[in-house]
Amino acid sequence: MSTLAQRAQRAAAVAALHADVVDREGRFPLEAVTALKAERLLGLQIPSQFGGEGAGLREIADVCSTLGQACSSAAMVFAMHHIKVASLVAHGLDSTWHCHLMERIAQEQLLVASSTTEAGIGGDLRTSFCAVETTGTVFALGKDASVISYGTQADLILATARRHPEAVGSDQVLVALFADQISLERKTVWDTLGMRGTCSDGFRLEARDIPVAQILPKPFAEIAAQSMLASSHLLWSSVWYGIANSAVDRARTFVQAEARRQPGQVPPTALRLAEVSNALQAMRAAIVSALRRYEDAHGDADTIGSIGFSVMLNNLKTTASEMAVDIVQRALSIVGLAGYKNGTPFSLGRPLRDVLSAPLMIGNDRILANTAKLLLVQKGGGQLMSA
Amino acid sequence: MVTSQDIRQILASNEALAPIADQISDDESLFDRGLDSFGSVQLMLALEERFGIEFPDEFLSRKSFATIGAIRETVAAVIRPQAA
Repeated sequence: MSTLAQRAQRAAAVAALHADVVDREGRFPLEAVTALKAERLLGLQIPSQFGGEGAGLREIADVCSTLGQACSSAAMVFAMHHIKVASLVAHGLDSTWHCHLMERIAQEQLLVASSTTEAGIGGDLRTSFCAVETTGTVFALGKDASVISYGTQADLILATARRHPEAVGSDQVLVALFADQISLERKTVWDTLGMRGTCSDGFRLEARDIPVAQILPKPFAEIAAQSMLASSHLLWSSVWYGIANSAVDRARTFVQAEARRQPGQVPPTALRLAEVSNALQAMRAAIVSALRRYEDAHGDADTIGSIGFSVMLNNLKTTASEMAVDIVQRALSIVGLAGYKNGTPFSLGRPLRDVLSAPLMIGNDRILANTAKLLLVQKGGGQLMSA
Repeated sequence: MVTSQDIRQILASNEALAPIADQISDDESLFDRGLDSFGSVQLMLALEERFGIEFPDEFLSRKSFATIGAIRETVAAVIRPQAA
């Protein structure tokens, strides 16, 4: 039996092999996702009684970082899948239908996508226009989903909607929709600077005659506060760490090659390498300490939903996303033109384009504005080791 | 002594809850009735001002402010040690 790290490495090796073509053609990293399924990594988080491995976010984060070093798009697809699975695991245990769904995800290695964004409301995932329309034991849903990452490649989409047509925008539920239960009409194409393989196209989603059992019983407000916020920021940050780490690896290799050419001298770029290794360590420390705090909470809804915890997660997101961009840029300045050019062992064009998405995925200004509100009531006085 | 009516008065200053503040029962979820995260922060500030208290961090959770009944207990728990 291979270790988790070995399984992740094997999938990452496949992802790396196809990374250039995924980026160039802006296509789904199919080979990487097939490898993830072959290594049974899509069911990692599913509890063992449903055929999964009961892994925690810490293990998932490690895999995200390993994949991030190979192909950012494949890593982000893996992260987004596990963010949705984290919600199912945290909130689906009370529902027989969702327990069976977890079994299927583990057994069949189903890929799960998310549809929260909607035309007209932008990135505010806590508001929906569209509503579940129930008739008897079935419901219908139509949604102008301005972004569904890998929507046409996913086996299952978890979509937000208002609980019923009269509900206020924030009274939302999360519904599970299988690919063969819905129609997706592509409205916009994801042709972007980076993260091109996530295929985050826009769609008109239509679902009819879906059993009401597929609606998660927990209000989405609780799902967002208790599992989504944490898993998103922790796993995204881990992907960005992987990208930053691989950029620093290239810079290190470059500086060491320079040093070998000039024995007895420390190349001037070594000082810059020391600085960027410092930044990478600080970024890693921020992510690891947040992951530890999350684990220490043991899924306690009050702790994870508290203002102090939300501030900590918001700060992680803004810090990690800014540091990741800074680190890749520093690596590029060390490597110079060999990094600016495509097709060299030191090319940093793709990592730089990919990582520039980090401050924009839920814009940092939006997150800072949210933190600013929370700080109006949060009290200080935390200790070094306990808060 | 904090009454549910005191809390309803404060809820009436929240934009989303103002029209329905009088109809919300003690154990009904305020979040289900439209209270958002900023609204809950504003609510906490208004309660601190009204009762001359400060909620410690461990009280600043969704659960503590989820219903009128929960708010009454939260406020009472903070007032009690101060009065003692």
